[in-house]
Amino acid sequence: MHILQQILFLVILTAAGYLISRRVRTIKRTIELGRPEDRSDNPSLRMATMLRIAFGQKKMFDRPIIGLMHFIVYAGFLLINIEVLEIVLDGILGTHRLFAPFLGNTYLYLIDFFEFLAVGVLLVCAIFLIRRNITKVERLQPTRHRELNGFPVIDANIILTSEIVLMIALLSMNAVDSILQQRGNEHYHLIGTFAFSGFLKPIFSGWTDSALVIYERIAWWFHIAGILAFAVYVTYSKHLHIFLAFPNTYFSNLNPKGEMSNMPSVTKEVQIMLGLVQPDNEAPAEIARFGAKDVKDLSWKNLMDAYSCTECGRCTSQCPANLTGKQLSPRKIMMDTRDRLEIVGKNMEANGGNFVDDGKSLLGDHISAEELRACTTCNACVQECPINISPLDIILQLRRFQIMEESDAPASWNAMFSNLENNQAPWKFSTNDRFNWADSLKS
Amino acid sequence: MSQEMEYKVPTMAEMLAANESPEILFWVGCAGSFDDRYKKVTIAFCKILNKTGIKFAVLGTEESCTGDPARRAGNEFLFQMQATMNIQVLDGYGVKKIVTACPHCFNTLKNEYPELGGNYEVIHHSEFLQQLINAGKIKMEGGGEFKGKKITYHDSCYLGRANDVYEAPRAVLEALDTDLVEMKRCRTKGLCCGAGGAQMFKEPEKGKKDINVERIEDALATGANTIAVACPFCMVMMSDGVKNKEKEDSVKVYDLAELIEASM
Repeated sequence: MHILQQILFLVILTAAGYLISRRVRTIKRTIELGRPEDRSDNPSLRMATMLRIAFGQKKMFDRPIIGLMHFIVYAGFLLINIEVLEIVLDGILGTHRLFAPFLGNTYLYLIDFFEFLAVGVLLVCAIFLIRRNITKVERLQPTRHRELNGFPVIDANIILTSEIVLMIALLSMNAVDSILQQRGNEHYHLIGTFAFSGFLKPIFSGWTDSALVIYERIAWWFHIAGILAFAVYVTYSKHLHIFLAFPNTYFSNLNPKGEMSNMPSVTKEVQIMLGLVQPDNEAPAEIARFGAKDVKDLSWKNLMDAYSCTECGRCTSQCPANLTGKQLSPRKIMMDTRDRLEIVGKNMEANGGNFVDDGKSLLGDHISAEELRACTTCNACVQECPINISPLDIILQLRRFQIMEESDAPASWNAMFSNLENNQAPWKFSTNDRFNWADSLKS
Repeated sequence: MSQEMEYKVPTMAEMLAANESPEILFWVGCAGSFDDRYKKVTIAFCKILNKTGIKFAVLGTEESCTGDPARRAGNEFLFQMQATMNIQVLDGYGVKKIVTACPHCFNTLKNEYPELGGNYEVIHHSEFLQQLINAGKIKMEGGGEFKGKKITYHDSCYLGRANDVYEAPRAVLEALDTDLVEMKRCRTKGLCCGAGGAQMFKEPEKGKKDINVERIEDALATGANTIAVACPFCMVMMSDGVKNKEKEDSVKVYDLAELIEASM
């Protein structure tokens, strides 16, 4: 009997591992479609940034109550994993509460602490469900934010509900375990009553031993299989931020937020045009596209940003364009980028690892010119993101494609460009009049 | 200081001809050169430089747009043409230190010219004014005209979030002994005036409201009758917002340099 359980457990564990690794490979491959961008400098500052922003959740505490609640779920996730390690080992070895004999009383306290976290996670997830579905926090409402319609809303509720169900399984399993211990069932080591699940014991006190054993086994299997299924699900979900937040903050942009990245290919042409360098007669290497039209024109970091986004909408809630009713939503920019990446990833999988042109692109099929043109480049979205995602960087690269490859600009921008070319000012004033302001001072 | 003080605005060319070199180059910017409202800020800042005895120069007709609006709109070619030509002029004069009253010029000169070969120490006028105050070079007469008055400060995105300059403008206002009141959205949470990213040069996309109207409501809610700004685009947008609310008789928008100069 035991050996069958062990084999079944190993089969489930291996299947989950296989599905996760296959999915990770796909995500990695799609991220690598992006342009190269060097983010390897200054490793100590990068490490400090990751520890502060991702591990320490510094930006989440900008909104202290939400920050605290999120921290409870996060700490729960990190620390309950220690118990999951025991459960996995029990599953493989056919043992029961493997660590208990080694830790003595400490084991009881440890499980008490995990139960404390589990109750915290359960309560906070319930509050989060209420915020989404009952008190209807504005930034989480699909009626107000079109990008949330469909799967994103379902995704969020699946995640929160799964966490609640998993915590209930864990707590009720402990309650039943404790009853069985006290009844002297030989398989269940006597540890004692756990701090929180103890309150659930009256529910089960009238059950027979065999009913309790069956419940305990079902809860145990449901809990661990649930965790593994959830781990697979996460890789398809916005919840992927629980892993990607760490590399994503490590590879943060360390330059001032106001700095736009340079385009060296343009620098060379400009220098030739101004006669500063001689054109080399070699045939130019493959001429890259100016700006970005599709995901593969963006940098790998932009693409990692897209997979890291958990759609919290803090960016959109601070965006001046979105606040005043424009089409632009920085969250939608990130979600569109990810949606397009998913399409490209599936395309590659179906075509032996190579992308076959589907006649579609990020710009146009997902993100419109109107959205791009509403951006004031104010950096509020970049400032707000708890894991240092930059929607602005994507917006500006798409703008570059629009202007430089498609000459698609509003008429007033074209007028501004020609003023700049002719008068070196964005308005139609003569260069000769540039110093006239000083006349009143000098007279 | 005497009212009849003779103000001088030397150009780099004149300095070079006289075999002199200035302590700072005052980068005026397009708005400071051509926009009627912001020209007053340029003049106020020049008066401060004269009164404090700072040896400065301007480029005059040799200055041209940094290229910021072109780059933000997506026209990288035009930006780099402007930048490369400006760097040639600046390097030709051996410029080391630049002060500007425009956060967009400030950001571009400071953060984006180095990669194209232009390396200068670039300071925004709010920081420069703070330095002058700290050094005791600016003295207010009797605490100045704005002493005790309620003033609110609107953060420019290109100073604040873009370059983490939040305190210098506030330090300048505090030196005026004003009653500085903050808007509900300020510093890192400050709401944009709506003009950045080349929006200044186009109509807004369609929506429910103009951004500057949303922002002026924050400012008016403080009860302050003076709105301090540190950016030519913010100046335009906030002034238009005041007009939209028909408050131009009671609420005034001033640049930091104007507030300081009026109190010297």
